[in-house]
Amino acid sequence: MREHGNTERASPLPALSLLQVHRLVKRFGALTATDEASFDVRAGETHALIGPNGAGKTTLIHQISGALAPDGGGLFFDGENVTALPVPRRVQAGLVRSFQITSLYRRFTVLDNAVLAVLARRPKAPSWWRPARADEAAFADAEAMLALVGLGALAGRVAGSLAHGEQRQLELALALAARPRLLLLDEPMAGMGPDESARMVELLLALKAQRLTLLLVEHDMDAVFRLADRVSVLVGGRVIATGAPDEIRQDAAVKQAYLGEDAETGA
Amino acid sequence: MSTPASPARPRRQTLLHHRGLGPWTWAVLALLAALPPLLQVMGLEFYTVVATRVLIFAIAASSLNLILGFGGLVSFGHAAFVGLGAYTVGVLMEAGVASAWIAWPAAMLVSGLAAAVIGAISLRTRGVYFIMITLAFAQMFHYLAVSLKAYGGDDGLPLAARSSLTALPVNLADDASFYWVALGLFALVFAGLQRLVNSPLGWLLQAARENETRVTATGGRVFAVQWSAFIIAGALAGLAGALLANLNGMVSPHLMHWSQSGQLMVMVILGGAGAVWGGPLGALVFLLLEELLSGVTIHWQFALGAILLAVVLFAPRGLAGLFRPRGDAHA
Repeated sequence: MREHGNTERASPLPALSLLQVHRLVKRFGALTATDEASFDVRAGETHALIGPNGAGKTTLIHQISGALAPDGGGLFFDGENVTALPVPRRVQAGLVRSFQITSLYRRFTVLDNAVLAVLARRPKAPSWWRPARADEAAFADAEAMLALVGLGALAGRVAGSLAHGEQRQLELALALAARPRLLLLDEPMAGMGPDESARMVELLLALKAQRLTLLLVEHDMDAVFRLADRVSVLVGGRVIATGAPDEIRQDAAVKQAYLGEDAETGA
Repeated sequence: MSTPASPARPRRQTLLHHRGLGPWTWAVLALLAALPPLLQVMGLEFYTVVATRVLIFAIAASSLNLILGFGGLVSFGHAAFVGLGAYTVGVLMEAGVASAWIAWPAAMLVSGLAAAVIGAISLRTRGVYFIMITLAFAQMFHYLAVSLKAYGGDDGLPLAARSSLTALPVNLADDASFYWVALGLFALVFAGLQRLVNSPLGWLLQAARENETRVTATGGRVFAVQWSAFIIAGALAGLAGALLANLNGMVSPHLMHWSQSGQLMVMVILGGAGAVWGGPLGALVFLLLEELLSGVTIHWQFALGAILLAVVLFAPRGLAGLFRPRGDAHA
C-alpha cells in the first residue's frame, strides 16, 4: 500500500490517511448541502459518519463515491486526486460503496450476482469469446465472497426471492467482490430487525478484524459506537467534530447540535 | 439444464447462461442443408427463396436481439444498418466490384462504423429518448438514400447480378447455392452470438439490462459494454443487408424505412427477446405467416397483429420462451 506522496501536496492531514475529504462544497440552488466538509479516513480504521436527518450525509457519500460532482474542494484517495474520476475508475482504484437501498440483479441467482460483481471489477476489457461459465477464478472469488457474508448455502436462489436481511448481506458481498481498499457503507443496517442487525454487526466486525478500511454511515448508534474507531459528526453540511467515540459522546458541540440536550447515546 | 456442459464440474447455479441446441445442432443443420433438394422433389423450388429470406432475416433479427433482448436497449433504427449493408453491395457493384469477398466485409464495415457513430451518441440516452434518437438516425439514412439520384433515389438501384464468390466452386446465381451460403453464414452468426452472450461481455450486457447502477458501482463500464454490442449488432445487420441485396437483386431506400425497423422488432418480440432462439424463430414465423396469409387476404397484417397480441399476452417471453424448461428463469 502506498502511504507516501501526500507530503508533496499542501495537505492539512497526516500522510497515513487513505481518504481525505478536503473542504468539499456542494450546492443545490440556494441550498448548500455540503459546506466545506473536511475529514479523513485512516488506513485500516473504521470511521463512522453520523449526523441528524438532513445533515447532508447522503450528498457527501454520493460525492465520495462519484455519483455527484462537488462544486468545490477535493477528494484524495491514497494520495491521488480522485475528485473528477468517474465511478467505475474509483471502484477500480479501490473506493467501493454499498447502497442504502439494496441494489441487486434481482432476477439472477445469488451466485450470478457475485460473479457479475467480480467480472465488472476486472480492469481489463471483458472477453467477447471465452465462456464466462468456465471462468473458474471468477466463480471461486464469487463463492468466497458469498461464504464470507454467510450466503454460501443460498447461491442458487434468485436474488429477488431472498429475505430483506439476506439481500443486505448480498449487497455487502457485491461490494466486497469489487475488492475494496476502502468500503463505503451507506446505512448497512437500514430496515433490519434486531437479529439481522446483530448479524450485520458481526459481519462488519469480521471485516474490521481483517483491517479493511470502512467508512460507515449509520443511524443505529449502538452499532456505530461498537464498530467505529473514530467518528465524524456532520451537521448542516459541515463536519463539526471528529474523534474517538468517547470524545464524540462528551463533545459539547455535538451534544448541542446533534444529540440534543438530554440525549442518551446508549451503548 | 438436463445436459451438463462439463460433467467434470458441478453444475453452475446460473441464469445468465443461454444454452444452444447442443448435440441437436448438427441434426438441425443437416435438415436445413437438405431443404433445397427436398423442395425440388416436391416441386416447391420457389420456397428455396423464401427459406433464404428467412435465414437472412434470422441474422438481422438475431443481431437486433443482442442489443434489444440481451442489452435491454430498444433500438428502433436497426433497419438502417441492414440498408447500409445492402447499399454498400449495390454501390460497389455499380462501381464494378462484384466480389463477395470484398463487398460483404465492406458492408459489415460500413454498417459497423455507422453503428459506432450512432451508438456513441444514442447510448448516452435512455428509454424513450433512445428509441427516438435511433429512429431519427435511421430516418436520416432513409432520406439520404431517397435523395441519392445517382443510385436510383426513391426507385432504388437494381443489381446487375449477384455477388461472385470467386475461388469457391459456388455460383450464387443458383438459388440453392445462395441458400447454402446464407445457411452457412447464419450458422456462423448464430454460433458467434450464442458464444458472445455467454462470454463475460455478454453477461455484463445482461447485467446492465437488469441494473446499470450496480454494474457501475462494481467497477463495470456500462457504456463500453453496450457500445461494443451495438457495433457488433450493426455489423451483423450489415451482413444481412448484403445478403438481402443479393436475394432481391436490388436495393431501395425502403430497406431503411422505420417500418422495416419495426418489423425486425416484431420478429424479436415474437420469437423471444433475450433468448438465443428468439431471432430465428421470430423471423421464421413472421415470414411464413406473411407468405401464407398474404395468399389468402391482402389484409394479412391484421391477422399477424392478432397473433402478435396473443403472443405478448400469453407468451410474454416469446415463442422461444415456450420451449424453455425452466419456469423460474425470468419470473
